[in-house]
Amino acid sequence: MSDTIKFTIDGKECTGKKGQLLVDAAAENGVYIPVLCHWKDVKPAGSCRICTVKVNNRYVTACTLPIDENCGDVENNTPELQDIRKAIVEMLFVEGNHFCPACEKSGDCDLQALGYKYQMMVPRFPYAFERRELDAKSPKIFLEKNRCIFCKRCIRMIKDEKGRSYFAFKGRGKHLEISMDEKLAANISDELAQEAMDICPVGAILKKEVGFINPIGKRKYDNEPIGSDIEKSK
Amino acid sequence: MEEKIKSIIKTSGNSPDRLMDILLSVQKEFRCVPEEAVSLIASALGISEADVNQTKTFYHFFSSKPVGKYAVYLNNAAVSGMMGMAEVADEFEKQAGIKFGETTPDGLISLDYTACIGMSDQEPAALINSVVFTELTREKVKEIVAGMKEGKTVESMVPEYGDGNNAHPLVKSMVKNNIRKAGPVCLGDYDAGKTLSKALSMNPKDVISEVQKSNLRGRGGAGFPTGLKWLFCSQESGERYVICNADEGEPGTFKDRVLLTERAKMIFEGMTIAGWAIGAKEGIVYLRYEYDYLLKFLNSILDEMREKNMLGKNIMGKGFDYDIRIQSGAGAYVCGEESALIESTEGKRGEPRNRPPFPTQSGYNEKPTIINNVETFCSAVKIVEKGGEWFSNMGTEESSGTKLLSISGDCKQPGVYEVEWGMTIKEMLDMVDATDVQAVQVAGPSGVCVPPSQFSRKIAIEDLATGGSMIVVGKQRDLIKDIVLNFMEFFEDESCGSCITCRSFNMILRRMVEKIVEGRGIKPDLDNMVQWGEIMRNTSRCGLGQTSANPVSTTISNFRELYESKVKDVDFQSDFDMKKAIIESCEAVGRPPVVHE
Repeated sequence: MSDTIKFTIDGKECTGKKGQLLVDAAAENGVYIPVLCHWKDVKPAGSCRICTVKVNNRYVTACTLPIDENCGDVENNTPELQDIRKAIVEMLFVEGNHFCPACEKSGDCDLQALGYKYQMMVPRFPYAFERRELDAKSPKIFLEKNRCIFCKRCIRMIKDEKGRSYFAFKGRGKHLEISMDEKLAANISDELAQEAMDICPVGAILKKEVGFINPIGKRKYDNEPIGSDIEKSK
Repeated sequence: MEEKIKSIIKTSGNSPDRLMDILLSVQKEFRCVPEEAVSLIASALGISEADVNQTKTFYHFFSSKPVGKYAVYLNNAAVSGMMGMAEVADEFEKQAGIKFGETTPDGLISLDYTACIGMSDQEPAALINSVVFTELTREKVKEIVAGMKEGKTVESMVPEYGDGNNAHPLVKSMVKNNIRKAGPVCLGDYDAGKTLSKALSMNPKDVISEVQKSNLRGRGGAGFPTGLKWLFCSQESGERYVICNADEGEPGTFKDRVLLTERAKMIFEGMTIAGWAIGAKEGIVYLRYEYDYLLKFLNSILDEMREKNMLGKNIMGKGFDYDIRIQSGAGAYVCGEESALIESTEGKRGEPRNRPPFPTQSGYNEKPTIINNVETFCSAVKIVEKGGEWFSNMGTEESSGTKLLSISGDCKQPGVYEVEWGMTIKEMLDMVDATDVQAVQVAGPSGVCVPPSQFSRKIAIEDLATGGSMIVVGKQRDLIKDIVLNFMEFFEDESCGSCITCRSFNMILRRMVEKIVEGRGIKPDLDNMVQWGEIMRNTSRCGLGQTSANPVSTTISNFRELYESKVKDVDFQSDFDMKKAIIESCEAVGRPPVVHE
């Protein structure tokens, strides 16, 4: 039995390794499936739902689906799925408080970049205007909870040498918030604080002491839309 | 405090996967889980404080500030509201002198609301320090609060005990069973141990094929074929687990409460048979915290079964080792979802897992696990005793056997009914003596709101599937306000929040329903709500998000005229209320604004 799986995405023939996550396999074939919570080689969270695709006519998140013989034809850029993704981006904008012009991550922000990609003008949903806190207790990190989109990247990836998490959820449902362990964060290293900021898809985690280091024109999404690197790779 | 907490951690097993037990014990001891405890637990278990708080803040019955010496949790589910909760709440507030959400300054009484506590047949009901008080009235509340002020124990305030095992010395509860109709499967004759002995003399494969022959499908609501689940799990290698889902949280259901009270041995026997069938050595019952009043009793039944060699080593001399433990929950509806239940059993937040892998491949402690409902295990006992064919001859073609229905709301005979699948809604309403019915909410908030024009539909997995919750809504009710809004508030509170769509859409839809109830709705809102609910259904990870738009979508489709009578027929209306927005500034300057039109 071969370990190579053949499947199609919107008709394009693709190959991947059995068990590989669909979103990674797609990227290797030059197909961009948008993600906010996914990070390669980290246990999938499947929480942002923006990578929802249709496999055999069923909705499934590409970041949690290991590919196998049953993958068949995957739908990715259909108008229906594009609209769902646009709705998710809009929903994130109304749920949190995102003021791009004042945000250090502007231009480097995945959520903002997806807003442009899906040509969001005005969200179809009513704004929630939830008031959230900013946690500035750590000497190295600002945790701006208004911008958090609950992707769990920091929860899953930023740990100390004993495997303890610096970040965790607090509450549930509408009261859900991201929180930082006060004691651990008091001694977080510069490297780890920078990594936390870099993996955050939005501007919720910002490193203190340095700010706005990338000038306009040199930011991640200044010149090309998000996903262009993947689409051009093949 | 430090000594006490250290000893709790030690007795609970000093491991992160026992965090639920640790937090439960600390909460019980100190009436809260204080910062100091969080810090001690974190360092003992080698995890960060944020991680301890992550679990702590997920569950409704853990608190950071101390609850009262008498902690009142009044059920605010829809049926409780229908049966007069508002009056009871008002009386509690008057007598205690505080509002809900508060604690008296002397720390004596705290008042809180909680979601359905499984007493819909005897509402309004409340938990006070995990003792159940049912059919509350203003008068009863006066007596209860007076008793608190006199310093009586909560147990001594229970006026009289219910029927059956509710009066058992280890239960002593005023809960009534309200068994209105016993059928041949779960509530019929039962001879403890007889079937287990038969099963242990059978080949495990034959036990599974008997269950497959019966076409038994999961009784929790999802209806997955039980035999197939057992077969999948039995084909995996290594250690395996059996879990019984006793976290019935769907508002309006209470049949598992009755089974746990009257058929505890049967449930454990079913779990043991399942353990034999799939090759497991350990079974776990995940018991919702609302049923904590049954915990001592259930543990005593386990002890009795161990003494009789129906559990433990070398069961009935057949060389099979198997035991069962009970894991308590702490108040989270989503933990009824099987993978969330597993997470919770491992001491974490009850967030549903991504699939694949399925629990039969990787469940508790990443080992193959079957999770079945309380009623499913009881049914399995009868199937092994009387044969799959006997069972499949009952019910309909696709839904074999009997089903326990928890029927509540506007009817004269609320309670538990064991009926064959296939009964129509009309027949059910006649059975419970309900007249002037506006709608029947089948399968709880996550189910369908059925209008009278569809009362000839059948209660069966292929038509109106249900885990058992049936709420009869009389004509006198305001369907949108009393039912739909209540359900959406419930989902908004109970979403784990992990999926963006479930967390946000439940909030958005609740606000939309509120807007309509308050008379601010416009016609396009209706189609928007249906469309947005559809996105949530298609993109959410677990059953909660996939079904929580149902209260909105099924009522808009079946009762559209009700909504249309409440909304304005315009295309746009600003949500911005100028008067409301300037209240504060008017107060500050002491006059209304001068408006230049």
